[in-house]
Amino acid sequence: MSEVEIIGTPERTVSRRKFIMGVIATGATTSSVGYLFRGSQPLLGAMAVQGSVERLVTLQVNGQQRRVDVLNQETLAMTLRYKLGLTGTKLGCDRAECGACTVLIDGVASYACSVLTQSVRGKQITTIEGLENPDGSLHPVQQGVFDEGGFQCAFCAPGFIMSMVAMIEENPNPTRQEAAQALSGNLCRCCDYEKILNSALRGAEYARRQA
Amino acid sequence: MAEKLIGQDISPPDLVAKITGRAKYSEDFRADGMIFAKLLLSPMPHCRVRRIDASAALAMEGVFGMLTADDVPAVDAPGEPCLTNEPLYEGEAILAIAAVDETTAAEAIEAIKIDYEPLPFVLTPLDSLKPDGPNGRLEGNTRVGREIKTIKWTQEDFDIAGPGKMPMGEPSDEWTVGDIEKGFSEAKVILDETVVHQSLSHHPMEPRSTMAYWKNGKIYMHTSTQSVARTRASLANMLDLDIEDVVLVGEFCGGGFGSKISGSPIMQVPAHLSRKLNRPVMLRITRYEENYLGRARPGMQARIKIGFREDGRITALDIYALGDGGPYGTNDHMSGGSTASLAYQPLNQRQRGVGVYTNTPPKAAQRGPGGAQYIGMLEPLMDKAARELGIDRLDLRRINAPDGNSVFGPRQGGLTSVHVKEAIEKGVELFGWDERIQRSGQLNGTKKTGIGLAVSPYTAGSTGFDGLLVIRPDGKLQIHQGIGNLGTHSIADTGRAAADVLGLQWEDCEIVWGDTSQHLPWSSVQAGSQTTFAHTRANHAAGMDAKQKLQEIAALDLGGSPSDYETSDGRVFHRSNPSRGMSLGAAAERAISLGGTYSGAEPAEDLNDMTKMAVRGLEGKGLVAAARDNYPREGAIQSWVVGFAEVEVDVETGQVDLINYTGVADVGTVLHPRSLRAQGLGGSIQGMGIAMSQKWVFDPVWGVSFANRLYTARPPGILDVPPDMDWAAVEIPDPQNPVGAKGIGEPPVGAGSAALTSAIADALDGQCLCRTPLTADVILSEIEGREPAYGPLDLHV
Repeated sequence: MSEVEIIGTPERTVSRRKFIMGVIATGATTSSVGYLFRGSQPLLGAMAVQGSVERLVTLQVNGQQRRVDVLNQETLAMTLRYKLGLTGTKLGCDRAECGACTVLIDGVASYACSVLTQSVRGKQITTIEGLENPDGSLHPVQQGVFDEGGFQCAFCAPGFIMSMVAMIEENPNPTRQEAAQALSGNLCRCCDYEKILNSALRGAEYARRQA
Repeated sequence: MAEKLIGQDISPPDLVAKITGRAKYSEDFRADGMIFAKLLLSPMPHCRVRRIDASAALAMEGVFGMLTADDVPAVDAPGEPCLTNEPLYEGEAILAIAAVDETTAAEAIEAIKIDYEPLPFVLTPLDSLKPDGPNGRLEGNTRVGREIKTIKWTQEDFDIAGPGKMPMGEPSDEWTVGDIEKGFSEAKVILDETVVHQSLSHHPMEPRSTMAYWKNGKIYMHTSTQSVARTRASLANMLDLDIEDVVLVGEFCGGGFGSKISGSPIMQVPAHLSRKLNRPVMLRITRYEENYLGRARPGMQARIKIGFREDGRITALDIYALGDGGPYGTNDHMSGGSTASLAYQPLNQRQRGVGVYTNTPPKAAQRGPGGAQYIGMLEPLMDKAARELGIDRLDLRRINAPDGNSVFGPRQGGLTSVHVKEAIEKGVELFGWDERIQRSGQLNGTKKTGIGLAVSPYTAGSTGFDGLLVIRPDGKLQIHQGIGNLGTHSIADTGRAAADVLGLQWEDCEIVWGDTSQHLPWSSVQAGSQTTFAHTRANHAAGMDAKQKLQEIAALDLGGSPSDYETSDGRVFHRSNPSRGMSLGAAAERAISLGGTYSGAEPAEDLNDMTKMAVRGLEGKGLVAAARDNYPREGAIQSWVVGFAEVEVDVETGQVDLINYTGVADVGTVLHPRSLRAQGLGGSIQGMGIAMSQKWVFDPVWGVSFANRLYTARPPGILDVPPDMDWAAVEIPDPQNPVGAKGIGEPPVGAGSAALTSAIADALDGQCLCRTPLTADVILSEIEGREPAYGPLDLHV
């Protein structure tokens, strides 16, 4: 028996019926939570937060137009992961400390955890899911990583790979030191930095060959 | 005959998923109707929750409910609950709110009002042992045997030690080998030092997020865990379920380093919330939360006394270590004594200690637990002694290193194999010791060169687990692995032991792992460098079982005796007439029709129950082979890394530049050269984080953490890594492993940490700084002869 006094009725405040109606009303299906989110927002969560109303925006992600409802304070990482189903972009720190969420915004490596989705309308966003060629073959950088057996736990891998792609756009033939400099915004806690640098240089070599 | 797979580089089977973003880690899973949990963390290091007013929070639109400590099973002290009404550290979870999205849940958390009663707290072991020092727990400050007790030292204990020296009052644990006083009486040089080793967070890149839901009485868990079979067992225990009612999916784990060995307590929260609210619940752990909930290496305050004979042999090693056990008392200050015993073979040794509860985030094993701290504390002292004795530093290691007949630890047990002396010699050559040591102490502008080395052993295996294989009708070998997938490639590499027994190509093997609904065998934890040794043995045993069954089936259908048959390249065939044989696929079809032990209908008696369940679950899928590792084993399994470092210390700024790091391992047969090198160098660089940058810092008045994010306690980044690194292994097989292999995960950490502190001490003319991390301010105080801003025994500074 607890001695802690607890105040508040631990009941759902949204009835099941209301919840489902919200989904139906906005035309979403319940097949994925991404849709559920979008559909349910006008009735649920967002309205609870003062001043937080979702707005429908159009984003250019991996060469496709994606229309999505976003909050003013929503980060690009959250939009990608929870509304567009692009979970390759990882959240490692939420605060621009680790680089796991790195994506390309108009070709520039950026921390998606620290960019507001509202601010990237009209810009070209590329995530790890957008690197493979239409025929399913790997991007030269991915092929470089594969051939070098890069990464261990690989939670940092998508972010590092996006930084590598940005790097070779700017400097197609980097030295090892230049590559380390270019990738210094990403953290690998397995400290597999030797293989990461080998992969980056191999990826750059493949990209030059393809160019 | 297929070429042996062991010893070749391969691309791991999960690599494409990892580099395309398709690999799903725990927070990447979604389920219909999934809602989101958010935790309320304690703002104080120790307090009692008197009253929770959640009325405003629960009335918010989109909030589904709350889970408090009253909703979860109570845990007997000093066990760790998943939610608590008596938080024992700042950041401990008190309750969780579930809402339609994370933002709403976070808003609801903000709306909760809690009345806290502050309680006494303590941040370091020594402070709690003072005559009037506070206890970290209401029940006491230490654990003696199974009981929580209070140990206080007398003022006299403190007075005898004098300022700056660690006092040594009543210990709670002690062991002695030989006669320590006699050992010191035979010594020519005696060092007596007070040493501080900090606590530091594991900080795996993937925070310990979990998504859970219930379906037909079973719980489905997607959690970030190092081990799969063992986490399933610990979840069943935590949730009071039968093991078959736990479906655990953990195909990818974004790092653990000892902090997620069999999951973690917080993974229960979404499980309970999901049951209470009847919906899938995602608990995303943020980096800020991970800092508190995510475990840390136990720090130590220690007194180390070592006596050396004139020829350099260690006659006495007397260590007294206080372990900062956090609120739940996880410590490794005593086990480190065994590592020291092994590494230096002291003729006489005494190990004493007290593990003390502190109101700091919980501690856990961290890669090389105990051993890494001890090697980090002891190696610079070895160098200091070498100078005083006038003995070459390498020779001092050679003189004291163990050989094949050596014993160690309180029980004076032997080893399965040890080749550290060979590793030292190989490293001397690879590193270019003779040339580099010439630069020791040289000043170039403002930069002074230091050369360091470290000899670091650690436990590298366990025994007695199960292997499980299926030879399918399509001729492929399915290797079922219940270990975890941290990117060490154990899931693939240990499976190669089975493939080699059957003479199969790697292309004909498929690994099944990470999802307990896919019939996984009972396995070792994916921790403590255990899997290489344990699961090459288990998979080898299962491979032998498969081979025997293939031979029996061939003899049955084609005549002769089973021993007339051999397996290779996808066939089982008669030795004297290879055309007389059958494909593995055909043999698998026969196994299905034969039933019994061949098809999985009758698992072997000595298998673990979880494995038996898996074997039966695979019935009819092909030839099912499963075996327990019953191979004999005598002695402790220990691997070694000898690390060498060259650094430049800027005498004006205290900045340290790493010039070179070279490591050489004694790990028996090398299974996978590229992966071994990555483990060795990666582990060593993690050790460099211990030596250089990672730490805890607490406000001593309020007991709250200052260093609670990555940037305030930073692990090594790509620019911190030496531009020049090298790696090798002595490659002498361990005789007690069928493929000769031993584990690698742990020993490089101590080697990296200690090679660096040793090198820095060398650049400072042999002066041991006797603490970690060696941040620029610590080094500068030493160079300038200034009184440092912290006392010699201060932890968390």
